[in-house]
Amino acid sequence: MSNTVTSAAAEFARRQHSPVQRVQHQLHARPWLSPLFLLFVAFVVFFIATPTFLTANSMGILLQQTAVVATLAVGQTLVILTAGIDLSVGAIMVLTMMVMASLARDGGMPGLLALLIGFVLALAAGALNGFLVTRINLPPFIVTLGTLSVYTAIALLYSGGESIQASHLPGLLNVLGEGFAIGGFRLTWGIVVMVIIYAVVGYALSQTAWGRYVYAVGDDPESARLSGVPSKRILLAVYTVAGLIYAVAAWELIGRAGAATPNAVPDANLQSITAVVIGGTSLFGGRGVLIGTLLGALIVQTLQFGLSQMGVDQQWRVLATGILIVVAVAADQWIRKVKS
Amino acid sequence: MTTRDLEVAHGGIPVGKEGIYSQQPILSARKLVITFGRVVGLDGVDLDLYPGEILAVIGDNGAGKSTLIKCLTGAYIPDSGEILMNGRQVHFRKPQDARMAGIETVYQQLAVVPALDIASNLYLAREERRKGPLGSVFRMLDKKGMERRAGQAIQRLGIQTIQNMGQAVETLSGGQRQAVAVARAAAFGSKVVVLDEPTAALGVKESGMVLDMIKQLRDGGLSIILISHNMPHVWEVADRIHIQRLGALAGVITPQSHDMGEGVAIMTGAKRLAPSA
Repeated sequence: MSNTVTSAAAEFARRQHSPVQRVQHQLHARPWLSPLFLLFVAFVVFFIATPTFLTANSMGILLQQTAVVATLAVGQTLVILTAGIDLSVGAIMVLTMMVMASLARDGGMPGLLALLIGFVLALAAGALNGFLVTRINLPPFIVTLGTLSVYTAIALLYSGGESIQASHLPGLLNVLGEGFAIGGFRLTWGIVVMVIIYAVVGYALSQTAWGRYVYAVGDDPESARLSGVPSKRILLAVYTVAGLIYAVAAWELIGRAGAATPNAVPDANLQSITAVVIGGTSLFGGRGVLIGTLLGALIVQTLQFGLSQMGVDQQWRVLATGILIVVAVAADQWIRKVKS
Repeated sequence: MTTRDLEVAHGGIPVGKEGIYSQQPILSARKLVITFGRVVGLDGVDLDLYPGEILAVIGDNGAGKSTLIKCLTGAYIPDSGEILMNGRQVHFRKPQDARMAGIETVYQQLAVVPALDIASNLYLAREERRKGPLGSVFRMLDKKGMERRAGQAIQRLGIQTIQNMGQAVETLSGGQRQAVAVARAAAFGSKVVVLDEPTAALGVKESGMVLDMIKQLRDGGLSIILISHNMPHVWEVADRIHIQRLGALAGVITPQSHDMGEGVAIMTGAKRLAPSA
């Protein structure tokens, strides 16, 4: 009797490994696979649709357009991995950018000093988010919704709503917009800095104890605490480091835009979250890899860039991005249901 | 009915293990008192845990089992009374203090992180770094080494069903997860392992696996405190049984001296132990 039960169960276990489930399992083990596949598909489609898409010149522009959001999205990934969300991404970047530019132009400060003060300011802004989340125990959504308005208002009050042209700024603040060409392929220093940030943070997440704690705190904060992980310190560090990364994005943006403008990149928050989510990082925390975020940022820009080269109207591009987000989150939910 | 009917004899010490009980206890509590406002949590409780024994702690809900254990593992600070390790008084202000002293706790809610793999969970908050500048300057984890040693730790517990240390804990069964949590507690040179209801959520076969694992740890020289509501499990593995009732120690028995019915009777107050001679 028990033999029949065992063999039936064994048969069921064998039957479970359908091709679809094998795919699901692979996607669960390697969260960067689906965004990589998506990017590949987008490239093939646009390569067929428009002859100008896959040229060295286009690829250079695509990367330059991606750099700022891709950098912001590194900080956003850290926060989302801890099961949080950062809505003050764009606000911290703009505030930092305006302070850097204004100190250099109106304060007559050397570029390096203005840059460093900007970095410290962004660090403090991120640390304030972290303080409110860890010490006052407010939900990250509420905290950063509040500081989004606070930082935006300070940036506008401080700058008087006025742009500062790059020509009035010391060379160091503009340098990330400059670059070099390999063949027809133009790389800016901003792209190089962005790649370095991915390398450093990616290393910290995958190879150090700190990275494991970030995942542990995001996946199961109570278990992490009982295991001896200093959860609050990790959370505070994540928000602070994220702030610093937004300052780097601010530096890149001055070079990219050729000016410091208080209403630059108005949808930076949504773009950074979109890159993270499409990159396969779970909004529920504890799951995802940083390289996925870079792929996610590239996918969004490729879609925008490719559709605009095809002459598709802006509203349709927004629509396509929106659909992509919903599909990515639905795919994440499905992948999370994997069984061994 | 005479009082004799209500009393049962004292348990003494397990037959054939007299050697263990002539030693100094590894962990002792003396007259522990803790109150929560007007509620008395512990009312002068004594406890002795000897090296290499399994001491079960049983008691009805609210009898003070968990409170007692939390005092011993640093989660609560008793209002008065002493805790001694190897005869020397210790003061645990937080769970980390108890852990540093060699007391590991496996919590009922397991304290494993589902998304991390087995090796990462075993070494969580105690990661080992690579040798040389890679470890000291770049803080690189020794993933290979930790995985290898995690595999050895699981093997020592006699768990055959877990092979791949890179497997995420969420893909394991309840018993396998419990095995990971226990392996974690038993590694790293701990002396005392406290298990809070380790079989509560498990099926028959998996409970058997976990109980075997607990015996294996005891035979390896660890001292174990086992909190459980499951009387058959307690009578199967325990060397001695500490019975809590209404915040106080109702008595210490052994599985040989008393059967389960008597144990439950003492636990619920239907019977009480005769004053010791």
